Amino acid sequence: MAVLAAMLTVFANTSAFAQEAAAAATAKPVDMEPVYKSTLFYVLLFLLLCLFIAIVGKALRVYELTRETQGKPEGINWNKINGILFALFLIVGLYGVYWEYTVHGNMILPEAASEHGKKIDQMFNITLIITTIVFILTHIILFTFTYFYKSTGKRKAYYYPHNNALERIWTIIPALVLTVLVLMGFLTWRSIFYKIEDPKNKPLSIEVTSSQFQWDVRYPGADGVVGKKSYKLITAINALGIDFTDKNSLDDQLADEIVLPVNKPVRFILTSKDVIHSFYMPHFRVQLNTVPGMTSYFEFTPTLTTEQMKAKTNDPTFKYLLLCAKICGANHFNMQKPVRVVTQEEYDAWVVKQNPYLTNDLRKAFKLPVIAAPTKEVPAAADTTAKDTAATKTNQLAIKK
Amino acid sequence: MSTISLQDKHHHDSHDDHGHGHHQETFLTKYVFSQDHKMIAKQFLITGIVMAVIAMGLSILFRIQLAWPDKSFPLLETFLGKWAAGGRIKPDFYLALVTIHGTIMVFFVLTAGLSGTFSNLLIPLQVGARDMASPFLNMLSYWFFFTACVIMMGSFFIQTGPASAGWTVYPPLSAVPKAMPGSALGMTMWLISMVLFVASSLMGGINYVSTVLNMRTKGMDLWKMPLTIWAFFLTAILGILSFPVLVAGVVLLIFDRSFGTSFYLSDIVIGTQILPNEGGSPILWQHLFWFLGHPEVYIVIMPALGISSEIISVNSRKPIFGYHAMVYSLIGITTLSFIVWGHHMFVTGMNPLLGGVFMITTLIIAVPSAVKTFNYLATLWRGNIRFTPAMLFAIGLVSFFISGGLTGIFLGNASLDINLHDTYFVVAHFHLVMGSAAIFGMLAGVYHWFPRMFGKMMNAKLGYLHFWVTFICAYLVFFPLHFLGLDGVPRRYYAFTEFEFMQKWLTVNVFVTWAAIIAALAQVAFLFNFFYSIFKGKKAPQNPWEANTLEWTAPVEHLHGNWPGEIPTVYRWPYDYSKPGAEHDFIPQTVPFSQTMSSNLPHDFEGNAEAERIQKEWEAANKKEEKTDLD
Repeated sequence: MAVLAAMLTVFANTSAFAQEAAAAATAKPVDMEPVYKSTLFYVLLFLLLCLFIAIVGKALRVYELTRETQGKPEGINWNKINGILFALFLIVGLYGVYWEYTVHGNMILPEAASEHGKKIDQMFNITLIITTIVFILTHIILFTFTYFYKSTGKRKAYYYPHNNALERIWTIIPALVLTVLVLMGFLTWRSIFYKIEDPKNKPLSIEVTSSQFQWDVRYPGADGVVGKKSYKLITAINALGIDFTDKNSLDDQLADEIVLPVNKPVRFILTSKDVIHSFYMPHFRVQLNTVPGMTSYFEFTPTLTTEQMKAKTNDPTFKYLLLCAKICGANHFNMQKPVRVVTQEEYDAWVVKQNPYLTNDLRKAFKLPVIAAPTKEVPAAADTTAKDTAATKTNQLAIKK
Repeated sequence: MSTISLQDKHHHDSHDDHGHGHHQETFLTKYVFSQDHKMIAKQFLITGIVMAVIAMGLSILFRIQLAWPDKSFPLLETFLGKWAAGGRIKPDFYLALVTIHGTIMVFFVLTAGLSGTFSNLLIPLQVGARDMASPFLNMLSYWFFFTACVIMMGSFFIQTGPASAGWTVYPPLSAVPKAMPGSALGMTMWLISMVLFVASSLMGGINYVSTVLNMRTKGMDLWKMPLTIWAFFLTAILGILSFPVLVAGVVLLIFDRSFGTSFYLSDIVIGTQILPNEGGSPILWQHLFWFLGHPEVYIVIMPALGISSEIISVNSRKPIFGYHAMVYSLIGITTLSFIVWGHHMFVTGMNPLLGGVFMITTLIIAVPSAVKTFNYLATLWRGNIRFTPAMLFAIGLVSFFISGGLTGIFLGNASLDINLHDTYFVVAHFHLVMGSAAIFGMLAGVYHWFPRMFGKMMNAKLGYLHFWVTFICAYLVFFPLHFLGLDGVPRRYYAFTEFEFMQKWLTVNVFVTWAAIIAALAQVAFLFNFFYSIFKGKKAPQNPWEANTLEWTAPVEHLHGNWPGEIPTVYRWPYDYSKPGAEHDFIPQTVPFSQTMSSNLPHDFEGNAEAERIQKEWEAANKKEEKTDLD
């Protein structure tokens, strides 16, 4: 018993650590006295629990021994108890699953706010229905079998080593179901990543550059083309390394939020400066990693404005989100950017107000003519120059529609 | 370490019975640098248990942070110092916790602790060999593993802290020391530890494969092997073929980190400092890592499946249903597991064509997994189930394997993965299917083969308590996490405080943390039971579970060489439970058909005409006798 107590203390000390910490919550960091006291309290509480379990165990043992000496059959039929517990687990578990599906299931993302997102949601629902049926059925089978076929000591098991017809059935049926899922998934996947461009409705290009721990957003300006950049050009004043010798860069705009016009395809150009991040906008069912040294693209069409979503979700504080979903360092948990979806008119009004990237400092650095005008006129000036240069280009885009 | 202090009372008589001429053993050769597979198995097991307790402790630490992000726990500062300054875990250390928790659990507990323990213990005992093909390599395998553990844990004692780029250590985060403190010396130690670990795994794996192929006893053809051996054998092949790829990846990462090469790095700017690396690709690491990483998942789960096949069959007193289908599905999983790694990379920006291909292969692998599940259920059907603690854990494994496997169908679908990738849905999925299921397989194995390992019995009632609390809490922890994922909460977030939509999950986090703490405390029941029973447990009988396999014919007292005298010959498959006409409800593999004439079935003779003739004659003679008896 002494060994028992000693070992218990050792284990209790290590495992009750969590509780100790929890107990210490209310204490002031300077004064450790109450911390230690409450820690001790929880440790003792756990030891008491262990003692209780030990006493129950001893009592059971004594009971069984007396039954044995009296020559009666085993006192407690643990086999029966475990069988019943499995049956109970099934019933409580099924209710628990129902509760989870209805309560937590109602706290998940609202319906998709993008065209392809609707397809994804549809696939998700089909998969959910199929897997839930299989989940429930197999668990009912598992736990009713364990309940009904528990050993009673009177029966012999049924010698049934194999049945090839059965094996074939439960190979082929899952295979068929999975084939359907694969085909649907494959088609959805293709429709998301192999877009055929509609010349009348060309996507709006927006470049997003990730770095620890921020998103930098660059709008293409009037020409609709985001200019070249190179990591080698990065300086304190040119944080993205934009190459202003490329004419497409001259009218590029800096934005401190992502604003998208509704029902218009948008093509995100994703790059990263330092480590891998992941561009994740859950409401649109959009995610793609941003990888240094590699540019990736995600094109989609938002279908609901922020206002519409507010009405739909009945939540006046609703916001679209941009999160980082790939571990990227200490502030991974707080790498955000506001996202808004607005009507085309609101967008047009908003986009002209955005400042161009090209500042006078950068003009000097790139040996471009410095504009002496006051800051207010800069956007307009940039706009006109951009139009001039862009007019000669063949790939004039439909941004000013 | 605790491995050294293991007691074995029976070491005195181990030399009398067999004529191999072993030298006198010292403490050092018996307990430390042992070359006996049974001792090495115990070393792996106890090291694995120690590492599991550590990793579980780490998980409780970060669960506390997630549940009470705004509270201060001065005691944490007492233990962790600057990493929990002011009683609150720092974001960097939080990432270190999740990284090391994952690394230890996946590699040290569920690979080495599981395969290392049970392959070492059971392969020689179940195929009928005196020891492993190369006992010396086997010993090296353990000590490489041990060194890897020490180095990994050592990284907690350096100034910059342990590796913290996630257990998948994606560069550039892991490659550029400036990207995070954990990518300094801690990362180097992680890489060295991993190289040693892979060396250990390879030595073990080569040993397992060669022992299974070459050292089976007379009569033990491949189709008479227990499913445990099939699982260990295929796991070892999987490891041998995939682990070297990880080493290749790790060596290149070491080059990038320490010698200025650019295998994984290109176009990187930290702050405004432009790094000189050009031409590499971070995606390359992901390909190399997951080429091991996905088979690794099956390296973790297949031994657990093998163990549960054996345990479910023994305790249902029924042959495992569809033995051949079980083997073929294991082979199918082994083969397919090499061509599914890309499903971890659907959203990396790799060519979408690849996404489509990997989605097809990934969903195909669900078929053999489904077959295994249905076969387990069919084995239970009309069984005569004995709920030993091992059986409870094996049933728990089946439940987790179903629950976690089904969510894999979501994640294996590239379209759905777009929104679920790197969210809590993934966390919930793999903790059920490879975390909980595999650890339940391991615990089932410990309860089942404890009498074989230590010659003692574990307390069954404490085992029941352990099972029920752990089983229920595991579901309470992981089931709700699916819904966080469906709400778009990414994993590896230090706190849910910065986003408004995550606030509603804070109460769930508190609930999950409490469930995790209770589950952790329930492990005390196991640890106490385990260590107490080693010394004070009831003495084990020869064949406590009335099982057929060969290991239960070896004497309870361990001896070098396993069997005194000749190794028993095997005559039949290992699953003749409750055979009609047989005297008992089990017929060990060592019983020849000539002794069980009343229960032999036509297919037992595998087309041997002579044997069939004898059986027919016997049956005819017996019928006559019966008739005359009646008259």
